[in-house]
Amino acid sequence: MAKDNQVLEEITSKEYEHGWNVDLETDSAPKGLSEDIVRFISARKNEPEWMLEWRLSAYRQWLKMTEPKWPNVTYPTINYQDIIYYSAPKQAAKPKNLEDIDPELLKTFEKLGISLTEQKRLTGVAVDAVIDSVSVATTFKSTLAEMGIIFCSFSEAVREHPELIKKYLGSVVPVNDNYFAALNSAVFSDGSFCYIPKGVRCPMELSTYFRINAANTGQFERTLIVADEGSYVSYLEGCTAPQRDENQLHAAVVEIFAMKDSHVKYSTVQNWYPGDKQGKGGIYNFVTKRALCAGDHSKVSWTQVETGSAITWKYPSCILKGDHSSGEFYSVAVTNNMQQADTGTKMIHIGKNTKSRIVSKGISAGKSQNSYRGQVHIMKRADNARNFSQCDSLLMGDQCGAHTFPYIDVENSSAKIEHEATTSKIGEDQIFYCQQRGIDEESAVALIVNGYAKEVLNQLPMEFAVEAQKLLALTLEGSVG
Amino acid sequence: MDLAVKNNLLENIAVPSDGTSAIRHQALYSLHSLGLPTSKTEEYKHTAISRLLEKNFQSLAVSTSKGNVVADTFRIQNLDAHVLVFINGEFDQAQSSFSTKELNIQPLAVALAERKEIVEKYFSKLADTKADAFVSLNTATWNNGLLIEIKNNVQVTKPILIHQINDASKSKIITASRNLILVGKSSEVSIIEKYDSIGEANFSTTVNEVFVAENAGLTYTLIQNDGGQRYQFNHTSIQQESNSRVNCFTLSLNGKAIRNNLQLSLDGEGIDSHMYGLYLLTGDTLADNHTVADHRKPNSISNELYKGVMDGNSKGVFNGKIYVRPQAQKTNAFQSNRNILLSDKATVNTKPQLEIWADDVKCSHGCTSGQLDEEALFYMQSRGISKDSARAFLLYAYAGEVIEKISNETLRNYIDNLVSERLHKNF
Repeated sequence: MAKDNQVLEEITSKEYEHGWNVDLETDSAPKGLSEDIVRFISARKNEPEWMLEWRLSAYRQWLKMTEPKWPNVTYPTINYQDIIYYSAPKQAAKPKNLEDIDPELLKTFEKLGISLTEQKRLTGVAVDAVIDSVSVATTFKSTLAEMGIIFCSFSEAVREHPELIKKYLGSVVPVNDNYFAALNSAVFSDGSFCYIPKGVRCPMELSTYFRINAANTGQFERTLIVADEGSYVSYLEGCTAPQRDENQLHAAVVEIFAMKDSHVKYSTVQNWYPGDKQGKGGIYNFVTKRALCAGDHSKVSWTQVETGSAITWKYPSCILKGDHSSGEFYSVAVTNNMQQADTGTKMIHIGKNTKSRIVSKGISAGKSQNSYRGQVHIMKRADNARNFSQCDSLLMGDQCGAHTFPYIDVENSSAKIEHEATTSKIGEDQIFYCQQRGIDEESAVALIVNGYAKEVLNQLPMEFAVEAQKLLALTLEGSVG
Repeated sequence: MDLAVKNNLLENIAVPSDGTSAIRHQALYSLHSLGLPTSKTEEYKHTAISRLLEKNFQSLAVSTSKGNVVADTFRIQNLDAHVLVFINGEFDQAQSSFSTKELNIQPLAVALAERKEIVEKYFSKLADTKADAFVSLNTATWNNGLLIEIKNNVQVTKPILIHQINDASKSKIITASRNLILVGKSSEVSIIEKYDSIGEANFSTTVNEVFVAENAGLTYTLIQNDGGQRYQFNHTSIQQESNSRVNCFTLSLNGKAIRNNLQLSLDGEGIDSHMYGLYLLTGDTLADNHTVADHRKPNSISNELYKGVMDGNSKGVFNGKIYVRPQAQKTNAFQSNRNILLSDKATVNTKPQLEIWADDVKCSHGCTSGQLDEEALFYMQSRGISKDSARAFLLYAYAGEVIEKISNETLRNYIDNLVSERLHKNF
């Protein structure tokens, strides 16, 4: 017991690894939100008139909406007037290549372990890095351009490819979808845009890295992926934030539009600052992610590893509209200390012979609360729809909670739905077995948790899988007792 | 629409004055502040019962017209039981037969007037009037029902059958019944509630509050095979103390709209709780089962199995909650909900829900929705069994898993026949 306590102490005193902040000169909007701020953001980004109108209409809708109260999380009321909605690292002009980029900024990325230059050479991952709302650099752009792939910051896309943006922006997540999506639509400052043309198989992993640096800022980025007929893309997203006492708001929107025969794979490793062990500070991660499988035989798979954030509120969903389309959701959500997570997915089956698969693994430790909330909806015309869901929860310590709220709505008699969920604690016999063979308790827990989450981790691209495994072990270090 | 429901149906609701007036007025206040549930009310998300009530009734005030039905038409053949018959919410002495040798049965209103300690200790302590508008409605307006009290160490040999019959052949009927059941230490009892009606639309609310003391055993069976036009709300809260055993059966075979709340509070150690449900729905029947197993203390077991078949335009709703409180270590809780849809117009909405705050537990739930095994059907057809019979056989076997758990043989056979007859006729 004494050893357990010591171990527990070690982990609780563990500092957030990415908790530094770099002095970057920033160009920010004043605190608060009003039509003027929306105009300010739009003007700062040199946006065309139609974009401003779109933002303003979103803002007006947002004013009419109320914050959702149904998630199983508690937090003090957010003062939306106390947030800086736009903060950009100051730059003279848009950089042409990596050498032009502020060296301080490059250092930031190096610390994060995603040195742009490094990645460019070694892994061949094309990275679009977003710091405090503004897209800083996109690597490998020209290589991709040769294949007709557009991968650029959102503001660039608005300027260069307005016809695509006009067509697809808000087509999957409408402006008035929910409170935070509306807020994002009004004030989003940047993000990534990706278009894969017909029949192109994107040769490398595309990746965005998000980081909130400046104090009191909210990050509102927007990602739009359009996969044209028969194309394939694998997209990665990573997030970190420096350690701060105040809570910071992150309300992002990700839209995926998948056409006939296309396949999009979206992976996230989310490691926002979770707050300290008393629950002070940390990111509020209120994200709307949705994919529309518009064409027949299209496929979208979401994989997420959620270890950070004080509060996570996120349901990556698939609308399976095309016949034979399929959606997948693989998730590992780990909460420790005072973290709260309410996450899950929605699979809306509209087309015939649609398939979906949900694998969700929740791990709660400390005083955290971890909820799975999901919906599988088989619409009337969705003949022969098939769904398999599995959501397991693992509890460590007697002060945490695990909750499951699955909604299963079936309107078609040919549907086959299976759902199962289990909750248990780490098996003492399993730990004992490992210890007996000379593996210490700590490593045994890491081993068991990794095995437990393996089904999900296996879905991640190589480089991410390694990082994710390390993150898991780190977050849970010593939390058995 | 939502406001209309609130305004019309809840007008002219009179509150009888008796020893519980304060509780009644409190409940009426809750009712008005809650309003009738809409599709925005999470617990009634898929159950548009308010809309159905609005379509069929002008007010939800309890009706006073008397009825005239021969209870024997609906009786369970050969069942040796204490029978208590209520016609339109009024106790029918002539058609009832029971002895008070082993137990105390008296009208709840009388018991509450004579024995203040019952009001203080038990009445309206389990069924929360602030959470559900229909519980509030019942608490404010009930005018019939029983106190069933079993002393310590009594094995009640015969089951107690509470038979609620509504005669709506002359006018629409609205009834509100309330039962309080106290099972003493180390006692054993089986209670059956049966609902029937004739005539037009009728609506009934029933709230049962059951206290099961240490080492006691309770079997509670609810039979809803209402050939008529009954809309019904049934709420049963059971509180269990250490080492008690409870078996609940909810059999919803017919009716217009059914909403059942079954809430088990496992307030002791070493408790064993089982909830079984079967719903076979045709036509435009709606059956909604909301169950709760609330583990409050360590070392208890709860197990739940609900199975449903939906045909025609029918709609099945299931919501099963398992709560495991922080103190309730070493809890084992299982839940399973299985559904078969036979028609494209039938729907099922299910939400199995786990909320767990203790770590040393084993909890699981599973739910499925599917159809009959094509191969099994083909196999039987290839051996000369018609497709319809083959379907009925498979469904009968599917339902059998629940029926076979009924321990009283007469009752089991009765249900068995009922189900088999219905499967061959209606599905």
